[in-house]
Amino acid sequence: MSTSSDAVATAFREHHGTVLARLIRLTGDFDVAEDAVQQAFAIALTAWSRDGAPRNAQAWIMTTARHRAVDQLRYSQRFLDAESAALALERLEAAGEEPVPTHLADDQLRLIFTCCHPALAPEVRVALTLHTLCGLTTEQIARAFLLPLPTLAQRLVRAKKKIRDAAIPYRVPPPELLSERLDSVLAVIYLVFNEGYLGAGGDMAIRADLCDEAIRLGRLVAELLPAESEPRALLALLLLQDARRRARISAEGELVLMEHQDRSLWDGDRIREGLALVERALREGGARPYGLQAAIAALHAQAPTAPDTDWRQIVALYCLLARLHPSPVIELNYAAAVSMVDGPEAALRLIDALHARGALSGYHLLHATRADCLRRLGRSAEAATAYREALACGVSEPERHFLLKRIGECG
Amino acid sequence: MQYMLLIYGNERDWDQLGEAERGKVFGEFMQFTQDIVKSGNYKAGDPLEPTTTASTVRLRNGKLLTTDGPFAETKEQLGGYYLVEASNLDEALGIAARIPAARWGSIEVRPVRKVPK
Repeated sequence: MSTSSDAVATAFREHHGTVLARLIRLTGDFDVAEDAVQQAFAIALTAWSRDGAPRNAQAWIMTTARHRAVDQLRYSQRFLDAESAALALERLEAAGEEPVPTHLADDQLRLIFTCCHPALAPEVRVALTLHTLCGLTTEQIARAFLLPLPTLAQRLVRAKKKIRDAAIPYRVPPPELLSERLDSVLAVIYLVFNEGYLGAGGDMAIRADLCDEAIRLGRLVAELLPAESEPRALLALLLLQDARRRARISAEGELVLMEHQDRSLWDGDRIREGLALVERALREGGARPYGLQAAIAALHAQAPTAPDTDWRQIVALYCLLARLHPSPVIELNYAAAVSMVDGPEAALRLIDALHARGALSGYHLLHATRADCLRRLGRSAEAATAYREALACGVSEPERHFLLKRIGECG
Repeated sequence: MQYMLLIYGNERDWDQLGEAERGKVFGEFMQFTQDIVKSGNYKAGDPLEPTTTASTVRLRNGKLLTTDGPFAETKEQLGGYYLVEASNLDEALGIAARIPAARWGSIEVRPVRKVPK
């Protein structure tokens, strides 16, 4: 691969999101903006191999894309009606007089709220955010989420059409809507992170990308909405979990449980940053869902060894979290923590109650946690059955290795 | 007295019609519209964008729930409509949430397509 196409690929990942966000704001239309940005990058491929990569790649892409958009609107009726096109052209021309693109971060914030609008289906919000803000290609997204490419492509097309046809406003929501809309944005970011951290799709590289993108988006939202504590709490949670990434999978590709992880492999910088953020988020926001989850992650991160973990505090935090934000997954995590304080018997009672309600029957961690309690009680045959039920739920490769190993140990 | 004429149809069937057939149907609609305008029956009428553009609003226990898609549950049937002017979807959703029926029912918010009359 020549260095100029490397430069373009790098520029794509680094600047696609910001350039697209700005163009959407100027033109008021996803399709016009996307078309213009794609063309700009295509032009870059020839121009940069001929003239070398420009000093300021972002400015070069922005200017080129702007010119492409102007051409589109002037000479093609394809996208916008005459009135909208005229308005867009005005804004595009005015933008040309700005020395350096300003308020790029604001454009991105607007874009993320638009992509995460509640009128778009949850899976669509994730795909759209990854595509427009993070510059992931449709192929990369399809692979990461184990979707056929045409399905994903169609999903994106329909989403952009809905944004246009239903007039989903391109803006940061007004104060009375902000809290609710922020929940949606944070949920998308967390989903992206979890897909990368725990997901079964794609490969290690794309999953690492997803974690990085989620953290990047988390930073963006936290920086741009400093008065809100939950974005900071979510960022803390992501950093603290991501800090363990390298210790999670063994050299043989097996899952390593936190209690067995080599803590020297944990990323100290991420942990330090995460801890500072949690402290601030809890101080400023009090007991909120992400704040509490981050506090739990902080307790794990602060324990020098697994036995040093303050499980009692963790149980108390899960209790509070469950009251604030009742969910079967939180109840399951609570049960796992209880097993470390009151023993596996007590935890098993909680998990069986959950299972009896029909909750989480397709969730592999329910069965794996149950299996672990049974194993610790010496009930090996039942444990093996439960581990097999976990396997049947469909798991990632590292998880599969781990579960098979446990089944083997059960005899 | 006035009547609300709600046109229900299978979107997939419509999508599968060829261009010539669709043109024929449009022509018949235009003729029908012109006829009832002439006879004084026409009050208001518009085709809606397809259900892929719909969003649904529910207000439960003071919490606003917005979801993607048309209202689809069979236990509730269409009971009425308002035609409102709004500058964007958020404004329309906000108005929909104030309809008393939002508390026990569901309000489907569907954008109206602009067609030249």
